[in-house]
Amino acid sequence: METMILFAPLLGALIAGFGWRLIGDRGAMWVSTGLLFLSCIFSWIVFLTFDGTTETISILRWIESGSLSTDWAIRLDRLTAIMLIVITTVSALVHLYSFGYMAHDENFRENESYRPRFFAYLSFFTFAMLMLVTADNLVQMFFGWEGVGLASYLLIGFYYRKPSANAAAIKAFVVNRVGDFGFALGIFAIFFLTDSINFDDIFAAAPELAETQLTFLWTSWNAAELVAFLLFIGAMGKSAQLFLHTWLPDAMEGPTPVSALIHAATMVTAGVFLVCRMSPIMEFAPNAMTFVTFLGAATAFFAATVGLVQNDIKRVIAYSTCSQLGYMFVAAGVGVYSVAMFHLFTHAFFKAMLFLGAGSVIHGMHHEQDMRNYGGLRKKLPYTFYAMLIGTLAITGVGIPLTGWIGFAGFASKDAVIESAYAGTAGGFAFWSLVIAALFTSFYSWRLMFLTFWGSPRGDKHTHDHAHESPMTMLVPLGVLALGAVFAGAIWYSSFFGKTNEVVKFFGGTYGEPTQELVEQVAERSPKASELHYVMESAPGEAAIYIRPENTILHEAHYVPTWVKLSPFVAMVIGFVVAVWFYILNPAMPGRLAENQRPLYLFLLNKWYFDEIYDAIFVQPAKALGRLLWRRGDGDVIDGSINGVAMGIIPFFTRLAGRAQSGYIFTYAFTMVIGIVVLITWMTLAGGAN
Amino acid sequence: MIQSDLTVILPEIVLALFAMGALLGAVYTGKDRLASLILWITAAVMIAVAAWIGLTGSGTNVAFNGMFHDDAFARFAKVAILLSAAVVLIMSEDYMARRDLLRFEYPILVALAAVGMMMMVSAGDLIALYMGLELQSLALYVVASLRRDNAKSTEAGLKYFVLGALSSGLLLYGASLTYGYAGTTLFSGIIATATEGQVSLGLLFGLVFLTAGLAFKVSAVPFHMWTPDVYEGAPTPITAFFATAPKIAAMALFARVMHDAFGGAVGDWQQIIALLSVLSMFLGAVAAIGQTNIKRLMAYSSIAHMGYALMGLAAGTAFGVQAMLVYMAIYVTMNLGTFAFILTMEKEGQPVTDIAALNLYSKREPGKALAMLVLLFSLAGVPPLLGFFGKLYVLRAAYEAGLAWLAVAGVLASVIGAFYYLRIVYYMYFGEDREGLDGGGSALLNGILMASAIIMLVGIVNFFGIEGAAEAAAITLVN
Amino acid sequence: MTVFAFAFYLFALGTIAGGLFTVVSRNPVHSVLWLILAFLSSAGFFVLLGAEFVAMLLIIVYVGAVAVLFLFVVMMLDVDFAALKAEMAKYLPLALLIGVVLLMQFAVAFGAWEANAAAEAQRAAVTPVDRHNTEALGMLLYDQYFLIFQLAGLILLVAMIGAIVLTLRHRSDIKRQDVLAQIYRDPAKAMELKDVKPGQGL
Repeated sequence: METMILFAPLLGALIAGFGWRLIGDRGAMWVSTGLLFLSCIFSWIVFLTFDGTTETISILRWIESGSLSTDWAIRLDRLTAIMLIVITTVSALVHLYSFGYMAHDENFRENESYRPRFFAYLSFFTFAMLMLVTADNLVQMFFGWEGVGLASYLLIGFYYRKPSANAAAIKAFVVNRVGDFGFALGIFAIFFLTDSINFDDIFAAAPELAETQLTFLWTSWNAAELVAFLLFIGAMGKSAQLFLHTWLPDAMEGPTPVSALIHAATMVTAGVFLVCRMSPIMEFAPNAMTFVTFLGAATAFFAATVGLVQNDIKRVIAYSTCSQLGYMFVAAGVGVYSVAMFHLFTHAFFKAMLFLGAGSVIHGMHHEQDMRNYGGLRKKLPYTFYAMLIGTLAITGVGIPLTGWIGFAGFASKDAVIESAYAGTAGGFAFWSLVIAALFTSFYSWRLMFLTFWGSPRGDKHTHDHAHESPMTMLVPLGVLALGAVFAGAIWYSSFFGKTNEVVKFFGGTYGEPTQELVEQVAERSPKASELHYVMESAPGEAAIYIRPENTILHEAHYVPTWVKLSPFVAMVIGFVVAVWFYILNPAMPGRLAENQRPLYLFLLNKWYFDEIYDAIFVQPAKALGRLLWRRGDGDVIDGSINGVAMGIIPFFTRLAGRAQSGYIFTYAFTMVIGIVVLITWMTLAGGAN
Repeated sequence: MIQSDLTVILPEIVLALFAMGALLGAVYTGKDRLASLILWITAAVMIAVAAWIGLTGSGTNVAFNGMFHDDAFARFAKVAILLSAAVVLIMSEDYMARRDLLRFEYPILVALAAVGMMMMVSAGDLIALYMGLELQSLALYVVASLRRDNAKSTEAGLKYFVLGALSSGLLLYGASLTYGYAGTTLFSGIIATATEGQVSLGLLFGLVFLTAGLAFKVSAVPFHMWTPDVYEGAPTPITAFFATAPKIAAMALFARVMHDAFGGAVGDWQQIIALLSVLSMFLGAVAAIGQTNIKRLMAYSSIAHMGYALMGLAAGTAFGVQAMLVYMAIYVTMNLGTFAFILTMEKEGQPVTDIAALNLYSKREPGKALAMLVLLFSLAGVPPLLGFFGKLYVLRAAYEAGLAWLAVAGVLASVIGAFYYLRIVYYMYFGEDREGLDGGGSALLNGILMASAIIMLVGIVNFFGIEGAAEAAAITLVN
Repeated sequence: MTVFAFAFYLFALGTIAGGLFTVVSRNPVHSVLWLILAFLSSAGFFVLLGAEFVAMLLIIVYVGAVAVLFLFVVMMLDVDFAALKAEMAKYLPLALLIGVVLLMQFAVAFGAWEANAAAEAQRAAVTPVDRHNTEALGMLLYDQYFLIFQLAGLILLVAMIGAIVLTLRHRSDIKRQDVLAQIYRDPAKAMELKDVKPGQGL
């Protein structure tokens, strides 16, 4: 069944991609979608019947080269099971949604078949993503990693007639290469250190790595720190963390279902998944973990600020995604991997729904994406409005404070992240930036809602007159995702963020009593959390995630001060109130504020000028270097010398040889004699010595 | 003793007796009217002898006090020589008959030349070597000027004769020096005295002169000057003959002398042969660019190819000899196909050798043009074809013997050489439209062309098993 | 200086001078005559070596047949040797230089000449003491070098075929001698006697 889950999308991709001429456009779409639903159903069966024990299902012998030996296998544990349902559910729904969304597309000519290609890419992406999360070893994971990168490239550039789409596709690809370089170095380092790329061997060797020193870039590093750091660079690229985030907003050039599937729910979370998967190594790399926390928090804050002022509906959601990914990394960084996965899980539902809702709006508004041209669409697009409302309630984290779990999905997981951040950093930078980011999140989410659905229609009147609700194929996925956005947090709260024993059990580990010494330490640090009963006992790699016994953040997060527990809720309310004030009560206010604080506004609008700085520092010098190598290096030196040899020197010798062939016998004989004299002389000089 | 000696040499005796019998028979009966018949019978006899040698020969048999060696190496070369000579004879029948050149002496001379070549590759003594060489050469001088009413053909024969005499003089001088040093002309005696580090300057000179004489026969630079003129002047089937069987014989003889007589002084001759090899490869590649006559072009092509074969020899190892043998076998197959094509190049019944006449040939004869394309690519050494693997073989041999510079030079030369082969392809496929050649050509020639091209494509699977035979041959020679 | 040494140097001088003047003399007929001197001197060497049979062969075959044939050919061919020589003269300085280089190298090689220690033992054709050399030669040719001897025969056969192929022509437009017709003709019919009257004619 696991094999079926993995290969059904590939089968769909192949049939849709290569066989559509035989079965037709609609046939290709139905086949690929049908196979994905099959895969989705199986995934849920696997998830719900999974008992937590790690299994390995070998598919084929893959690489045998020297000491490098690995199978292509499925590693089924709790992490994989979670990812399976996230990927296949969202993917299946996106497939269905695309029936409606891709029905007519003015980017393509009449009678041009583009839909089978789109579905084939989607299915291929799903396959690659499944390969990534089911990987049993790093190289297989890397293949999946690059496969999703490829699919992302193809789908961002799907409207290949649009120059901006092509540029965005290339940008995504290139920026991801930077991260992949780090990831690849990390894999090399692991293979160098442990002589294996299989997770079981690597995890077993993790405690040793913490003791090993390694020289890299003329400096001596702790091996575990270095490996964790390099792997995180890969995660940064894929998950669009700060400094490598620039590709994600541009990736919105792709069709909206793609944004929902790849750039919100699944691919971008691969980085988080990687960090959680490598938790046995991360646990032994405290400095790298601090870096993860810091960068995640910075990203969450940065992306939220930029999201405040964006006007493109998809870009707002894109920055929101970027910001939420930062949350997940903070959770992972402080060592509460289960919470990172929790947020990943709930985020997939509500963010996919927001994107699909936005897509529905865009679809209804004839591909208008600027929110300034929306307004008052509540009546025109009722179902979409309710879906988006649920999504917004989920992302802003609406729920009953201090209960922990009674609320929308985002409420449970986001509060868990913030509480963990407080516990993990003792109320430091990460905690505060997350709280402020929560405030901003609330503001821009509601801003989006108000600009789109409230107020009076703005922009092109004709477009507004013809605005229409989307077909059922698009609304059904919204409904299904809405269920997830409402209930996912409450249902699985205790599995992800319950007591230590519950979480450990859920992830397939064993728990045991903490040492007295540890209990005293915890009690000293946070007196309220002194009732530490359980810690994880499994060895690294035995369970899906690994938490060192010394790592009690999960436990301590439950005993943070009350004001901390309230803080995200307060931030959410403030954001909501400000949004109401700005966009309902006093719509002129934002414009005035932008006028008064013009530099700040431009700074945010231009995304902190990251693109411009990168353009000046990396892109232009690289282009200049490229031009130099092309014109001077390739053109003058290489072509020049080859042309010189081919058109100057060789013809010269050809003429010389032609002249030597005079036709006179004595010339020929003379040549022979000269030849023999040369040989004789050479022999006398070279051979006569001995 | 004489009985067992004669048994060893029986194939040569049979072929020589056949030649003499055919000569007598034809002189006293139909003379040139029987030429065609004799030609076919000669070809059949040569194929039969080749089969006989190839299928029944085994082990190493030495006859006439060591002057004659019948071993796997000699048998490999003999089979190749006889088969290629037979194919050339069959190819030439139609062409010679239509130009009134089909004299009954022609197949007989070819048969006697083949006897000479068989003696060469089996030689175990400097005098036997010389006798075989002269028997071969003399027959070749005669057939080169067979078209005696044509100035070019006569000139070709005369030039070949005079320069051949000069090279024989060099060879004999070298043999004399060797004899003076070793006291014997037997290879087994020479190798006992010429060991690494003890080679005196006099013997070294002898070695150089011997090498020069042999280099003339394989047309290695700078002893190649006769090749273009003779190739151009001789009737085309004769040119085809020159390019194939004698080259195998001379190359095999070269290998035999170097390994059987001077095998103890590899370091001394290795550098000479490497030099000849690199010069041949480059001159062959560079000079061919200027040619417009396809026969002259093939002459330079064969010079370059001999350079590659010499590279295998220069390696001085058993693998090198194996590579050389495989290379020669591939080279001969390619050349037979190419010459079969050249023989079909006619305009209004007259032979044409101008390359420009091939303009847009692909439009008129797509099948033949494609076959020729395959052959030319193979000659140039373009990867998926057999010619590439031949080159790869010798390059590997040279590299493994520590002559990396020679291998690099070989690659460079092959890049330059690719130009003129591809130029012919260019003419055939993209040239400007001009008065073209006659279509058709005999089914036989077209068949040989096609077969050769197909071998270039299919042979890459397992080289038709000649690798094993070449390896066995090389091991018996170098041990 | 013994008689042997004197004779050796005399013949050596004759051989070298003969070879040199064969090449440099302006008149081709003179060249052939110088060549004959070289042959004779070489024959002298064979006599000194005790191989009088080979010496006689050299004189009979080379001087008696080959050189005379050369003489006829040179005299009958109308070749402007002066023009060819003028062409070659251009290369003379270079040729001389190369010749000198080659000579010096040979001097080096022969100055330090030494045969291999095993050479003496390996010699196959030692001068026999118990029989005269014609007989010894026969023993070698027909026994030890039987193969070579036969091959030489084949070479001569090829040479003969070649000469015939390249020169024999059957022309239809010229009159040929018909030997049989000559033999079998009737003398009575061949000649007719006419009685011619003086002053009348036939």
